[in-house]
Amino acid sequence: MKCVTCRGPAIIDIRRHNSNFCAEHFIEQCHRQVRKAIEEFSMFEPSDRLLVAVSGGKDSLAIWDLLRDLGYDADGLYVGLGIGQYSDASLDVARAFAEKRQLKLLEVDVPSTFGFDIPNGSRLAKRVPCSACGLSKRHLFDEAAINGGYDVLVTGHNLDDEAAVLFGNTLHWHTEYLGRQLPVLPARNGFPRKVKPLVRLAERETAAYCIVKGIDYLIDECPMAAGNKHLSYKNALNEIERMSPGAKHSFYFGFLDRAAGFFAEESSIDREGLGTCASCGAPTTAEICAFCRLVDRAGGRLPDQSGVSAVPVDLGPTRSHPVR
Amino acid sequence: MKVRLHNPRRDLEIEGPITIINLLDKLDLNREAVLVVRDGELVPGDESLSDDDSIEIRPVISGGFR
Repeated sequence: MKCVTCRGPAIIDIRRHNSNFCAEHFIEQCHRQVRKAIEEFSMFEPSDRLLVAVSGGKDSLAIWDLLRDLGYDADGLYVGLGIGQYSDASLDVARAFAEKRQLKLLEVDVPSTFGFDIPNGSRLAKRVPCSACGLSKRHLFDEAAINGGYDVLVTGHNLDDEAAVLFGNTLHWHTEYLGRQLPVLPARNGFPRKVKPLVRLAERETAAYCIVKGIDYLIDECPMAAGNKHLSYKNALNEIERMSPGAKHSFYFGFLDRAAGFFAEESSIDREGLGTCASCGAPTTAEICAFCRLVDRAGGRLPDQSGVSAVPVDLGPTRSHPVR
Repeated sequence: MKVRLHNPRRDLEIEGPITIINLLDKLDLNREAVLVVRDGELVPGDESLSDDDSIEIRPVISGGFR
């Protein structure tokens, strides 16, 4: 295999582009794709304050590194979810990444701040763990971006993530979600602007980017995610991609070009009548927001009426707390 | 050769020579869902591995509910 750019030995093939790349030109390709996504969807400007949602996995660390390479200043936010050794390891990886590059990493620890962890809290609240985790992360990332005065919340969703969510929402015709599945969600009604600059990169490429750049990331899958539908959709799409390279890209970007607009009105109705949560002040259509209801049902507690600010916390004895 | 797999983590001994593409087919792994790493570096699909090699087949799929 030879690099499509320099004809030197290639290290990776990207079949949907019918191209092979050496290490140097693969990194250039990643830069090009992220820059194109930022510009094509008008995601943000160099003067904007960016907050990256950091998990310690390949995607969030790759986008934080890519933004830095492209000249953007961005802080990171890590949310500790109390998933035993997995959370401990992911925090260590996120901290090491930030320290090595002298980047600012904010931390919120759910067990010590809200008194519950995802494995036990989701069971008590009778929610699927991935659902409780996603709800908690969305709430805390939004809150931290708003309270911290950030212009944009950046997430590491890649092409595979977006194609898989689209696949699931289409399979079940969740039309209320389809109009919101965009690379940019504008700020409104107390929600921060959210962007996904990795939508033009498959997750095989974000993983390769980390390996080539020498970025240590958490390889193992979250123990709570085993068997979830999102992963099965990804596997199904990868089987299609194997037979038809470019299928994931065509599915997602074809949706954006030709179909997303049909669902915009229904999705906007979902956000009408938003008020503020009587408990934490977050935007919600109910009296109490979904996160505060989760905290209550999970046997936790809210820290105070003013909500939580994203400041570094001492994790103390809750780290390595055994999962019961 | 020594082959390390993840989720769950396990080690296999596979006889060489064999190309990466044929190895992944033999293990019934989808090329779109893994990368092959040797000594911290990516190994391209057409490269032939020998009995002396030690590689890691790294999954790239991640994520729960988004």
